[in-house]
Amino acid sequence: MTFIKPLNHHPKLEKNNLGLTRRDYEGAVSSLCAGCGHDSISASIIESCFNLNIESYKVAKLSGIGCSSKAPAYFLNQSHGFNSVHGRMPSVATGANCANRDLLYLGVSGDGDSASIGIGQFIHAIRRQVNMVYIIENNGTYGLTKGQFSATNDLDSKNKYGDDNLFKPIDLATMAIQLGATYVARSFSGDREQLIPLIMGAMQHKGFALLDIISPCVTFNNHAASTKSYDYIREHNEAVGKTDFVPLGEEIKTSYDEGTSVEVNLHDGSKLSLEKTDKNFDPCDAGKSLNFMREKEKEGKVLTGLLYADSTAKDLIETLNMTETPLNQLDQDLICPGSKILDLINKDLS
Amino acid sequence: MHNLKKVESISAVNNFVIKFANVNGSGSASANQMFAKAMFRMGIPVSPKNIFPSNIQGLPTWFEVRVNEDGYLGSRGGVDIAVAMNPQSYSKDVEEISPGGFLLYDSTWKRNFNRDDITIIEIPFTQLCVESFKNPKQRALFKNIAYVGALSALLEIEYKVLETLISEQFEKKPSLIEPNLKALNLGRDYVLENLSFPIGITVSRSDKLENKILISGNEAAGLGAVYGGATFCSWYPITPSTSLAEGFEKYAKKYRVEKETGKNLFASVQAEDELAAIGMAIGANWNGARAFTATSGPGISLMSEFLGLAYFAEIPLVLFNVQRGGPSTGMPTRTQQSDVLACAYASHGDTKHVLIFPSDPKECFDFAAKAFDLADQLQTPVFVVSDLDMGMNDWVCDKFEWDDKYLFNKGKVLSKDDLDEMENYGRYLDVDNDGICYRTYPGTHPEKGAFFTRGTSHDEFANYTENGDINAATLTRLMKKFRTASELVPEPIIEINGKDSCGVIFYGSTSPAIHEAKDLLKEKEINVDLMQIRSFPFNLDVWEFIANHDRIYVVEQNRDSQMRTLIMAEGGISPEILRPLVHFTGDPIQASFIVSKISEREVNYKSHINAKKR
Repeated sequence: MTFIKPLNHHPKLEKNNLGLTRRDYEGAVSSLCAGCGHDSISASIIESCFNLNIESYKVAKLSGIGCSSKAPAYFLNQSHGFNSVHGRMPSVATGANCANRDLLYLGVSGDGDSASIGIGQFIHAIRRQVNMVYIIENNGTYGLTKGQFSATNDLDSKNKYGDDNLFKPIDLATMAIQLGATYVARSFSGDREQLIPLIMGAMQHKGFALLDIISPCVTFNNHAASTKSYDYIREHNEAVGKTDFVPLGEEIKTSYDEGTSVEVNLHDGSKLSLEKTDKNFDPCDAGKSLNFMREKEKEGKVLTGLLYADSTAKDLIETLNMTETPLNQLDQDLICPGSKILDLINKDLS
Repeated sequence: MHNLKKVESISAVNNFVIKFANVNGSGSASANQMFAKAMFRMGIPVSPKNIFPSNIQGLPTWFEVRVNEDGYLGSRGGVDIAVAMNPQSYSKDVEEISPGGFLLYDSTWKRNFNRDDITIIEIPFTQLCVESFKNPKQRALFKNIAYVGALSALLEIEYKVLETLISEQFEKKPSLIEPNLKALNLGRDYVLENLSFPIGITVSRSDKLENKILISGNEAAGLGAVYGGATFCSWYPITPSTSLAEGFEKYAKKYRVEKETGKNLFASVQAEDELAAIGMAIGANWNGARAFTATSGPGISLMSEFLGLAYFAEIPLVLFNVQRGGPSTGMPTRTQQSDVLACAYASHGDTKHVLIFPSDPKECFDFAAKAFDLADQLQTPVFVVSDLDMGMNDWVCDKFEWDDKYLFNKGKVLSKDDLDEMENYGRYLDVDNDGICYRTYPGTHPEKGAFFTRGTSHDEFANYTENGDINAATLTRLMKKFRTASELVPEPIIEINGKDSCGVIFYGSTSPAIHEAKDLLKEKEINVDLMQIRSFPFNLDVWEFIANHDRIYVVEQNRDSQMRTLIMAEGGISPEILRPLVHFTGDPIQASFIVSKISEREVNYKSHINAKKR
């Protein structure tokens, strides 16, 4: 295993519009287990940022505690990162977002972090419509403490030691739609083709974007009796369709049969185009989407793809009627009322 | 009016305690505040204290007002005039009245109170209001204004002052001025027509309040946060700190809105709990906005995990702790100073926090503004520690001042240009050897200055490390930073009053009682030297004062003498020198209590010394 990345890039590496290569979006060498789904997600994040010509220093990476929350160290070296406390990333992201509305907030969390200890903060970040990408690297297990069940683990699944899981899972994607998240997708760390456009869409979306990404834990939850293993997900994965990211100014190239394709407008003018596999599914209708998800769950399928999107909702910054200038850049004379006003206040108080 | 026989009626001008006994939620608060404000407007020092239950409607509530020409405004104890409007609490309220005192009650339903040593004043407030007002709500509500009207005649409060207060209060709802004046006159005229007046206790215009204002510490701190440049507030409702966040919002909405766009130059978020409240404030501070949260005891417990993170990752944060009665849920509507240790060492592991202790609303304003500079300079949480008494009650204090030339000190933050000139940036490199390192805000520079903020052990470049020596070096540097802090925090106020005096250490809302006690002790020929502690870490002046005294009473409002413990632990001071003098009933400490405790112990001390000499 390599611990040091070479500093020099191959001269013929592909460059994006900023003249950057994928290598420029990398982070430190991962210390996660070889084959960990989280590393594939990091790679997809790097690819998405490269494709979108994102300036890394305008991204803030935030996480809680757990294997997933280590991941932000492994991509976007030029971004500030914040590894907070267990389950509390959403509140830190909320405050950070209010302080500087101009950055892209990328939260990375896990199922322990978001479905258990931090479920309250997760819920309220959605409720407030914090403008951020919220990635859950969902492996159904507490990896860092060696394989306890998490709250997203399926009822019939067993852990590595053969114990039965006694409780029903919490489905964070369903919950997010019910709570009013305006961009909800589920994907699989092993399906880069599906995942990358979904991450890109989330990054261009304004409002709370949830990506619930099943990301198998090769060490503790990849065995035959697990429902979060590579094999299980490959076998039971059913995509709602094929999603393409259509950059601003580009036409949608493929033409689909009527009623089978949906376009989702994104904040910067780009689009997601979805070729649906089922006419009954509509990612712009929360009710229909939830019903469809429930049906597929009954069939024993893991439904993936863009599940719900609403590009018209207000985000927290708008709701709070905040000024265009980031709060952290306001000059003193704008925010300190000064002595003359204070004289008036004194007068009122006497 | 029944005149008393056995005891002479109290006679006083501008020197008494009046206590209003009401039913919670009956609308008495504004009438009571009007009474207090009338004293203030007449130039007479006044200290109103709201003694309320943790309840919204129905339970007894009291409003105690001390009026004192000499400016002694701590709680005094005893009641000279009781305005008893709540039959639920009659027995207690009447029992409390000092011999020679006065009882004013609603005699619509007459009672026999079995006190022949007080003057009982009967006014049928309910009957009067029923006769004069049709609306049932007004009938109930205006009883309160009516008793203020009655008092204006009984105590000779200037009518004009009350009239002005009513018109000011209802400036935006002028239709309410007339009925309020009617209610005021209802009570006043009843006295003028039916009773003998004034009573032995009266008020008379004074000139003791020049350059003074009347405000609660919470509102003052909220305003101080606006002046200190806070742009983000995240909070969770908890008594007695809620009105601080509300105070910030009130002034921000008034003075922090862009004229052209109507958009806010601030954000205030009511969080889902205290954990989220502090998390948001940390996130905003990390990003370079001045942000704070306000809470009370239980909130400190909940915020402790995040406080450790902010301490260790070195993120500025301002936290207002308006203390209440503990432990646990304790007495949410009573006052104490019992979070000193919980704040000083909040969170697991080796942590120490900067605390500043205002002692009146003026200092709440000043310290609130200053706290943001300190937090930015020191890159650590700064607690402004007040309490319910000072936070929720209106106190007389000096007018607020602001120097327009004063510039915020944002501490060591690197700009893009700074980074361009640097070869090697390390977030936790102690370049200046003061324990304080250089921050960068996210989004500053395309290639330089990014780092990973973490609560895990880290090296000087913010990289994760499990190297024990490196972690120990970080912890040691944080102590160096804490020593630097001791030079930046507000110094104590020291008052030396004579040779061989005993020392008295106090802080926060104990201040008025201490200053009154000092004068009372002097009358007993006991001289005390005072030190008002205004911050932790303690600076050199604190240690010098302690070194210069062989016996020091540490007066505080908690059971365990927490400030004393902190001084002993931090300075290795002998327990014999620091003598606990504690009060922890949840009622504000009184001068008489301090005087009795100190004089008793000083007499013992002196007889002991004399015995030694012989």
